[in-house]
Amino acid sequence: MVHQYKLNGFNIVLDVDSGSIHLVDDLVYEIIMLFEKADRDGIIRALSDRFDSDDIRSALDEVQELVKQQKLFSQADHAARLFEGREYAVGAVSRTTKERGAVEKRRTAKEECSTADGRLDAHVNTSKYHCWNENVIKALCLNVAHTCNLDCSYCFAGQGKYKGEQALMVVETGRKAIDFLIEHSGSRRNLEVDFFGGEPLLNWQMVKDVVAYARSIEEQYGKRFRFTLTTNGVLIDDDVIDFTNKEMHNVVLSLDGRPHVHDRFRVDIGGNGSYARVVPKFLELVRRRDQGTYYVRGTYTHLNVDFLNDILHMLDLGFREISMEPVVCRPEEPYALTDEDMPIIMRQYEELAEEILRREREGDPFQFYHFMIDLEHGPCIYKRIIGCGAGTEYLAVTPSGDLYPCHQLVDDPSFRIGNLEDGVTEHDLQDAFRTCNVFAREACRACWAKLYCAGGCAANAFHMSGSLLGTDAFGCELFKKRIECAIMIKVAKAVASAT
Amino acid sequence: MSDKKRVFTLPTRQLIDADRRDGCGECQTSCQSACKTSCGVANQVCEQERE
Ligand code: SF4
Ligand code: SF4
Ligand code: SF4
Repeated sequence: MVHQYKLNGFNIVLDVDSGSIHLVDDLVYEIIMLFEKADRDGIIRALSDRFDSDDIRSALDEVQELVKQQKLFSQADHAARLFEGREYAVGAVSRTTKERGAVEKRRTAKEECSTADGRLDAHVNTSKYHCWNENVIKALCLNVAHTCNLDCSYCFAGQGKYKGEQALMVVETGRKAIDFLIEHSGSRRNLEVDFFGGEPLLNWQMVKDVVAYARSIEEQYGKRFRFTLTTNGVLIDDDVIDFTNKEMHNVVLSLDGRPHVHDRFRVDIGGNGSYARVVPKFLELVRRRDQGTYYVRGTYTHLNVDFLNDILHMLDLGFREISMEPVVCRPEEPYALTDEDMPIIMRQYEELAEEILRREREGDPFQFYHFMIDLEHGPCIYKRIIGCGAGTEYLAVTPSGDLYPCHQLVDDPSFRIGNLEDGVTEHDLQDAFRTCNVFAREACRACWAKLYCAGGCAANAFHMSGSLLGTDAFGCELFKKRIECAIMIKVAKAVASAT
Repeated sequence: MSDKKRVFTLPTRQLIDADRRDGCGECQTSCQSACKTSCGVANQVCEQERE
C-alpha cells in the first residue's frame, strides 16, 4: 500500500509495509499515482502530453528500481507476525506446556463466545487475530486520587471521581501495585508507573512513599522504574518540584493555553479560573527540571479550534515541550468538536508544522508531542502492530485496588478486569483487549497510517462506535493529518541539511 | 533535488524483515506518555536503539 500527499511544497510518498518515505518530483509523483492502474505504455501515453517521453521512461525506471528494492508497493505479511509464537512480552521467561495449554484453551473459549455481556463486537472473528503478547504486565496507571481540587467541566474522569465516590489510594495499595507489577513483568526490565487521578497531588505523601518503596526494591529484582506524574498544578510547591524533578521520568502539566481558554474549563469548585495560580508553578518546575521530559499538555475543544494560538501562548510563556489534544467527550456536549471544525483543525496542524520549521531555522526549536517521530530509531514492526497494550501489558488501578484495562474505562464497572489480590480474573475480557491489534480492526487494515498508529485507542473506539474493534473516525482523521505533518517536517529538515 | 535525482529516500527503520531482537517489549507502553487520550506509536523510541 502506498500513500502520497503534497504538503508545504513537498511531494511525499509513503510505502506502508516497508516504512519507506520518499520525496519525489512531480513526474514520479504522477507515475506512482498511475502505477497500479496502467502498464508502462499506458503510463507513458497518459503523461506524454505534459512530460518528455524520455524523462517519463527514465523516471519509470527509477520507480521500478524502488519496487524491486521493496521500497515502493512492497508487500509484507505483517499480520502473520501475530502468530509467530515469538516470545514478545514474555522475554526469556519460558512458559510451561501446561501454561501454554491454558492459553490455548482460553483462545478456543474465546472463539465460542463474545465477551463483556455481548457488548463487544461479536461479528468479527477476533480469535483470528490473537496476539502473542500473552501474560506480561509492564505498566500501571495508579489512580491515586479519585477526587480533584479543580472542577473542569470537560474532564473525562468526571471531576476525578469516574462516576463513583471520592477516594484516595492508601499507601499499602500502592505498594501492593508495585509488587504486582514486579511479579507480573516477567523478564522485562523497564517498568512504568503513572501517578494519575483525579489530582494525584491530593495524595502526595502516598506518591512519595510508593516511589521510595519501588526504588528500594528495583535493583534487587533487576527492574528499572520510570514514573510519570500528571497534575493540574494547583498544589505544586517546592517539595513537589524537587521530588518530581528527581524521580519522575516525565511530568505532564495541564495547561490549555491562553488565559481565557484555560479558565473557561479549568476552574475550581467556586468557579474561579486556575490559570494565574498554576502558570507560575509550572514555570518554576520547568526552570528547575534537569532530567527527563515534561509536557505542558492542553486540550482543545470546539470553543478553541484556533488552538495554534494557545500553543503560541505556551511558547511565549517559555515552555518548549508541548502537547495539545482534542477533547474526549460525548458528541452532544456544546464543546465537542464538530465536522465543521475539521478543515480548520487540519489547517491549524499545517500552520503549526510550518511554525516548528520556522523556529527551528531561527535556532529556537520546540517539541510538539504529536509531531515527534523517530524514523530511524522508532518502534520495530512488532510494536507497530500489537496495539496500545490496554488490558494486557497496561492496566489502571483504582484507589480500592481494582484493575481496569485502561484509565479511560475506569468509570464503567463492566470493564473491571480483576484486582490486585487475585490479578486478572476476567480472562475473556482480557482476551478481547489482547485482540485489539491493528489487523483486527477492519478500518485499520485498510488504513495507510496503521504502522504509525498501531490501531488507535481502544477506549475512544469503544466510546465512539460501541465496539472495541471499531474506530473513532474523527480521531483517525486528526491522527493521519498529524503524521503527514510530522513526516513533512522530517522531509523538510532532510532537504535543508542536504543543501 | 538536482535534475538528475527524481527521488530522495529518507533513512527509515526497515520493517519488512524483523531483527532477532525486535519485539523485546522493553519500550514504553503507548499511552504511558504525554497524552493519555490516544494511541500512536510513531513518537515512541525503541529501547534497543537507545542502548
Ligand atoms: S524496545 Fe524496540 S525492539 Fe523492543 S519491542 Fe520496543 S520497539 Fe520493538
Ligand atoms: S488512524 Fe484510525 S484507521 Fe488508521 S490505523 Fe489508526 S485507528 Fe486504525
Ligand atoms: S485504550 Fe486508549 S487511552 Fe487506553 S491505553 Fe489504549 S490508547 Fe491509551
